[in-house]
Amino acid sequence: MNKKKKWYDYLWIVSLTYLILGFFNILFAWLGLLCFFIPLLIAIIKGNKAYCNKYCGRGQLFSLIGGRFGLSRRKDIPGWMRSKYFRYGFLIFFFAMFFLMLWNTWLVFSGAKDLRTVVTLLWTFKLPWHWAYHGTLFSDGVAQFAFGFYSVMLTSTVLGFITMVLFKPRSWCVYCPMGTMTQLICKLQATH
Amino acid sequence: MIKRKAVVNVQECVACGCCIKVCPRNAITVPNGIHASIDRDLCVGCGMCAKECPASIITLEVTEE
Repeated sequence: MNKKKKWYDYLWIVSLTYLILGFFNILFAWLGLLCFFIPLLIAIIKGNKAYCNKYCGRGQLFSLIGGRFGLSRRKDIPGWMRSKYFRYGFLIFFFAMFFLMLWNTWLVFSGAKDLRTVVTLLWTFKLPWHWAYHGTLFSDGVAQFAFGFYSVMLTSTVLGFITMVLFKPRSWCVYCPMGTMTQLICKLQATH
Repeated sequence: MIKRKAVVNVQECVACGCCIKVCPRNAITVPNGIHASIDRDLCVGCGMCAKECPASIITLEVTEE
């Protein structure tokens, strides 16, 4: 029954470390770009979802906490949450917020705005995060991007955590914007 | 003989592959990243995948064989 664990079954440690590092030095947030580019590159070059299927550390983390540790009601996700409207709607919303974050980064780069050492949770709540900022070598924009990107990662972790508790451990996978996008890329490639 | 087999609702499958990891028979793949596909010859209808599926779109169906 128990399958032999592979090296990539431990990538949840990387995801957890990433979240923890953000509490110490916000510049580590840049590493999160790997979670954006690796799944996209696999989908574009290999034409599959090996990232979701094997390597996603966040999914493993939810399945560990929700599954093994039992912090999940294990109920069915509501029908509307797995509908295409919600999944694609959330993808669009997520990207709109992402570009807004990039725009804010640009404003700080260009000097039009000052760096704000806050992490924005759920696109609304501004949490003071100055303790994780120890200066940056280049521009304040580099740090602004780190704060913005960490906000994206923390927000999606919190959302995933809530749906993990309410529904099944990996409920996040149903509406994960990266998952929706890579599946879309795979579908488009299969029809062309 | 009556057997149970797992069936994927391919329209609603998000291709996350949670089912692959729990299948004791390695009967599930996600070809081309589009949807999960179950090898009916390997499937023993244990229901592990249906229980794991975060979208709850895998069901067990009774088939006569």
